[in-house]
Amino acid sequence: MEQFLQQVASGLANGAIYACVALALVMIYVSTDHINFAQGEMAMFSTYLSWQLMTWGLSFWWAFIVAVALSFVMGVLIERLILRPLHNAPVLSIIVVFIGLLAIFNSVSGAIWSYLIKEFPSPFPKSSFGIAGVIGPHQLGVVVVTLIVLGLLFVFFRYTPLGLAMRAAAQNPQMARLVGVRVDWMLALGWGLAASVGAVAGIMVAHIVYLDPNMMGGILLYAFASALVGGISNPAGAVAGGFIVGILENMVAFAGNQIEKTTGIYIIGNGEKLTVALIIVIFVLTVKPAGLFGRVVVKRV
Amino acid sequence: MAALLEVKGLKAFYGQTQSLYDVGFEIETGGITTLLGANGAGKTTTLRAICNMVRREGVVRFDGKDMMRLPTEEIVRQRIAHVPEGRGTFTTLTVDENLRIAAYTRRDGAAVARERERVFAYFPRLSERLQQQAGTLSGGEQQMLAIARALMLAPRLMLLDEPSFGLAPLIVVEIFRILRRINEEEKVSILLVEQNAALALDLADHAYVLETGKVVMSGPSAVVKNDENIRKSYLGY
Amino acid sequence: MISNKTWVLGLVVLALVVPLLQPVFPNAVSDYRLFLVSTMIIASIAVLGLNLLTGFNGQFSLGHGAFYAVGAYTAAVLMDKLNVPYWATVPAAAIVCFIVGYLFGLPALKLEGHYLALATFALALAVPQILKYKWLEGLTGGVQGIVLLKPEVPFDLPLSEDQWLYYFCLVTMIVLFWGAANMLNSRSGRAIMAIRDQSMAAETMGIDIALYKTVTFGISAAYTGIAGALSASAIAFVAPDSFGIFLSIKFLIGLVVGGIGSLAGSVIGGIFYVLVDNSAQALSQFVKNDLGLQFDLSAYTVFGILLIAIIYLMPMGIAGGIYMLWRRLRLARG
Repeated sequence: MEQFLQQVASGLANGAIYACVALALVMIYVSTDHINFAQGEMAMFSTYLSWQLMTWGLSFWWAFIVAVALSFVMGVLIERLILRPLHNAPVLSIIVVFIGLLAIFNSVSGAIWSYLIKEFPSPFPKSSFGIAGVIGPHQLGVVVVTLIVLGLLFVFFRYTPLGLAMRAAAQNPQMARLVGVRVDWMLALGWGLAASVGAVAGIMVAHIVYLDPNMMGGILLYAFASALVGGISNPAGAVAGGFIVGILENMVAFAGNQIEKTTGIYIIGNGEKLTVALIIVIFVLTVKPAGLFGRVVVKRV
Repeated sequence: MAALLEVKGLKAFYGQTQSLYDVGFEIETGGITTLLGANGAGKTTTLRAICNMVRREGVVRFDGKDMMRLPTEEIVRQRIAHVPEGRGTFTTLTVDENLRIAAYTRRDGAAVARERERVFAYFPRLSERLQQQAGTLSGGEQQMLAIARALMLAPRLMLLDEPSFGLAPLIVVEIFRILRRINEEEKVSILLVEQNAALALDLADHAYVLETGKVVMSGPSAVVKNDENIRKSYLGY
Repeated sequence: MISNKTWVLGLVVLALVVPLLQPVFPNAVSDYRLFLVSTMIIASIAVLGLNLLTGFNGQFSLGHGAFYAVGAYTAAVLMDKLNVPYWATVPAAAIVCFIVGYLFGLPALKLEGHYLALATFALALAVPQILKYKWLEGLTGGVQGIVLLKPEVPFDLPLSEDQWLYYFCLVTMIVLFWGAANMLNSRSGRAIMAIRDQSMAAETMGIDIALYKTVTFGISAAYTGIAGALSASAIAFVAPDSFGIFLSIKFLIGLVVGGIGSLAGSVIGGIFYVLVDNSAQALSQFVKNDLGLQFDLSAYTVFGILLIAIIYLMPMGIAGGIYMLWRRLRLARG
């Protein structure tokens, strides 16, 4: 029973990370109709930025804040300089550019900070809070921080004029222009926010998965699964999807462990997590593309 | 006195296809002008061209200022409100949010609040449905919302694209009555594109008739209304 | 005016003859160089596979590394466990990969643009883990992979192992490209491209779009799978971690830089990414060892920048650029 609770708790913590990255993906998808294949590598790069800042003497939370802010700027710049000119380019071209960004972020991180795996500190001291035997302080901290960030975003989009303008721009860009909204800047801001949210996820998860240029690959795959499960056009759905997938992932591994313990047969375990995510992705795409909470997109002729 | 809106030699293109060849007209401050013509004559395109929503060439001047180099959102910020074909409702936002986004560019909070009150006076039905998703409103209500949104911009000029489209006759009459009130009470100049020429000519002071991308006749609406030839040739009644 | 066919024939003759000059120019035509060119040939075949699907048929694949892996492992397992001779593993891999590709093509029918890219991207990310699956370990050798033997020179021909490998790969490439050219010039080829260009129009042409799309998926997978099988023999080793997402990215580079929808482009693309990969390694060593700077440079920085630059400056790739140049020269001559 204790082990089961641990798995649920760990699933929540993982789920929080997936929720953040999935939210970043959905934010960009909703405003631009593009899937940011480079989201994971951008988040990883942001995490290295925070690591570098800490090496230069900043405390964890200051490094966190500065790295998130820098990531915001980075997101805005990428949208304005690289993506905006390709506004009307064919889909394949844009996908290729995303892959290009992926390759650049990954290799530059490796070049600057090397491919050696590094430890990443946790801001939540070992024996501070947490429920003994169920959830550790860092995991609990991850969930709390994530919920705070998501809460802030919710308030921003729901109750501020700028948030409203961004929603309007994403929903109906032409009409948004007709009320005077500078839609192009809204897109750039959306990218900035997405990059920031990704940075939060990366910095929070680095302590668990250790810092290395390839740390976000699997997480990105899980974020895709989460976004699809929740409905790729629905930000709230993405968050829900993240938690659902996080817990599901751990339940499957837990079940596999139990089966192995009792029958000695290994069917599935921690080594198959990416395969599980792949199956979820393919399943949702082919069976229910709108996910749980999304809307089906009509094929534009 | 210089015209509020001056359009000269306006050309418009959808991709490689030319849609407007030589459109020219003027709108005086405080007046209601209507653009008439058959389907495909270029009426909607003209409104779009004024707001830089299509590729265009020519002269568009608003209150003496050149509008040719401005993007849509900057033209709108000059206080030109465009109520497009299909109402342009933000369907997933609430009625309240639709009204709030329309006031996005305004800094004068108190005036905005007063504006809302006046809008609710014109369209009481909207005040009853504030938290409702705008996409679930009826056609007539969405048209009212669209006009209300336009008012929230505190426009000097309102462009309306076929406001009667798809609406029951009673509602259309009500809306046109409100448009006249808006013109008189809010001092908003109106440029109205309409298929329903009879209604439009009743409302407007001045009319321009378009045919295949060119202005073929113009005049005070009283004159146009009473000219049987014009009505038969261009307006279909 | 030299026709295309003459150019190709000339190049083929060159390709066949030059390696035989090894005794005369042992340094220029070294075994190492031949091995390098063999890897370029293999890369070209892999890129051609991707091109058939994405360039000619419009179905985006970011996961062709998966089919390459299937081909490589099919060949490796056959050679390692069943002592199948290396030359037989190539058609075997082709068949296996065709089936796998076709099966993947079925659900892919429902996915357009981004979504197919997403599904294939997910596939590419998961491949190394799938290969390390416990139940397959007996076959695949798990993380350690499988060590193989390089193809032996048959019939006591006076060739080195690398020369023989080169010819084996070259002949395979010629056959495959010739087959692809014929298919693309036929009615089937036009149908395949019609699907890419305007799905609605293709439907009214009366072709069975679903059939063409799935079969093209299968053929494309088979081609890239053959490349994988060849690489298993060439490198004499397969291991799961060499078949990750970056392999698929390399194919994409070859596709874009060489030229989408171009056979010649596939060759250019294959040569290109092998060259850059090798040069990058050399450069990285230079920077670390000779300059003493602790920067782990990788080819992917160059690849990434190039991907973006090509989309901006030369969306049709190098092949497209050459084509444009050639056309301009022709028009200038009048």
